[in-house]
Amino acid sequence: MRVLIPGIAGGIARKLALRLKLAGHDVAGVDIRPWENAREAGIEVFRGDVRKRVAEDVFRRWRPEAVVHMATVTAFTVPGAERGRINLDGTKAVFDHCATHGVKQLLFVGRHTFYGAAPDSPLYHSEDEPPRALEAIPELADLVAADLYAATALWRLPEVTTGVLRLPYTLGAPGTGTLASFLKGRRVPLVLGYDPLFHVMQEEDVVTALQLALEKKVRGIFNIAGPAPIPLSVIVRETGRMGIPLPSRVLSFLLGRAGFPRLSVGALDHLRYPIVVDNRRFLEATGFEFQHSVADTLRLYREAAPVPVSGGWL
Amino acid sequence: MALSDGLEARVDRLELPFNEYGVDPYGISKKHVRDALRLFTLIYRYYFRVRCHGIHHIPARGRGMLVGNHSGGVAVDGAMVLTSTMLEMDPPRLSQGMVERFLHKFPVSSLWASRTGQFTGLPEHAKRLLEDDRLLMIFPEGARGTAKLYPDRYSLVDFGTGFVRLALQTRSPIIPFAFLGGGSAIPTVFNAYTLGKLLGVPYIPLTPYLLPLPLPVQLEIHYGEPLVFHGTGDEDDHVIEGYVAKVKERIAGLIELGRAGRQHRGLARKLLP
Repeated sequence: MRVLIPGIAGGIARKLALRLKLAGHDVAGVDIRPWENAREAGIEVFRGDVRKRVAEDVFRRWRPEAVVHMATVTAFTVPGAERGRINLDGTKAVFDHCATHGVKQLLFVGRHTFYGAAPDSPLYHSEDEPPRALEAIPELADLVAADLYAATALWRLPEVTTGVLRLPYTLGAPGTGTLASFLKGRRVPLVLGYDPLFHVMQEEDVVTALQLALEKKVRGIFNIAGPAPIPLSVIVRETGRMGIPLPSRVLSFLLGRAGFPRLSVGALDHLRYPIVVDNRRFLEATGFEFQHSVADTLRLYREAAPVPVSGGWL
Repeated sequence: MALSDGLEARVDRLELPFNEYGVDPYGISKKHVRDALRLFTLIYRYYFRVRCHGIHHIPARGRGMLVGNHSGGVAVDGAMVLTSTMLEMDPPRLSQGMVERFLHKFPVSSLWASRTGQFTGLPEHAKRLLEDDRLLMIFPEGARGTAKLYPDRYSLVDFGTGFVRLALQTRSPIIPFAFLGGGSAIPTVFNAYTLGKLLGVPYIPLTPYLLPLPLPVQLEIHYGEPLVFHGTGDEDDHVIEGYVAKVKERIAGLIELGRAGRQHRGLARKLLP
């Protein structure tokens, strides 16, 4: 199968590309970021923005049969309005190109933060639930909108087998993404009096799940998860970090200061309340089985990203 | 054997799928359950001197719904029911309450409620837990039940009907129970709703000595025979209301049975004015 991966230079996307290549697929990608060694692995990377002409040219000339859309970003990596443009306009462009150029299968790789963190929402979120608590954390609005937009392809583009996948927090060795960024320092801020459950998945398991979704040609919306969730304090402790519980108001004040990310106060809800997903639908559709326990995942991360010995407060 | 050693063994014998960190898929933590049980056991045995009857009616394994009356202005009843299933059952079972929404909003209470398996009273939670063969604890009177004033302490206010539909959908037995003495332990004379609203809770119960601190009144829990209803949960309201009335009637009967026993033992005159 000819698989195109927009956003191929990202950590998980690279691993997926290599795994698919190893499994005998033809793999190419589009990204504004470089991936120097891709050609050596037999993977072609077209440099450019998915919203620009260069991306459409790739669809026209390379003729992918399947697309795994991973060119979305979070508030941790791209701040401001540009993030919204990448997530929404980029997603629209990818879906339009798929429809125009006869792509048979499309996977949109979203995030479980779609469901929002709120004290009165169900602990386990099924795919049938709406997004919640968006008013508290506007930084997530464009990702949620992109996810909802992707889901419209299920009825707008019936000729394209579309799967909308919602991934939990991931950790690799050393790993990329929101949780790895959060754990990068010696000390990790926590909200005093709270210890939410976190769903964590090892990156190799994520890649396996994405490969299965592709090869089983899943259609619909699916939560993806590995081992059962664990409290954030366990993640912090087992990765060798020191949790620093701070009162909510102190932490709100520190956002955007002293090395803390510039996020809305509502983002702290993700350190108060759990976002845990029910993945039974995906298990039934694909037979997925995770290989890495939580202990394995945290140990691998700790070994690959040891605690920094010096530096700032965090 | 020291009290704490026995409690630790009881928590170890819980038939829940704890992982290598002592946490189950719902976030219930052995450590937190153990710590909470240490405190609750002291209160259960030495402060309230709880008498528990009919514990054999609770199934040792498999799904079940403990359904009873609220008694007392704060959740003393829930804490003591939880302690009774941990201390009096063999093997012990953790009863998981469906709690008021505000409990998960606040620091500390959110953490302890989550780690001991006490989740917000949502149908999604109840259904999932029952399908996982857990033991649910439900007070169908809701917050109106804990708001009962001292003279109404043995009455029952309106029951919600959702619990019966859930029992039918999940084919779960309902184990009725009566909780006695909570209304005397916290003799509420007035509920401060406005103050409660300001603090983010439904109300603050006020007692003759102002604060809702429980008095050392002997408490009793009477578990009754399980009730099993057959159906799909999609029945008309009047059918469901009929089942709810049966549960309510059974709980009222258990309350009367308990009160008669207390009078017989002369406790009512001494401790339950």
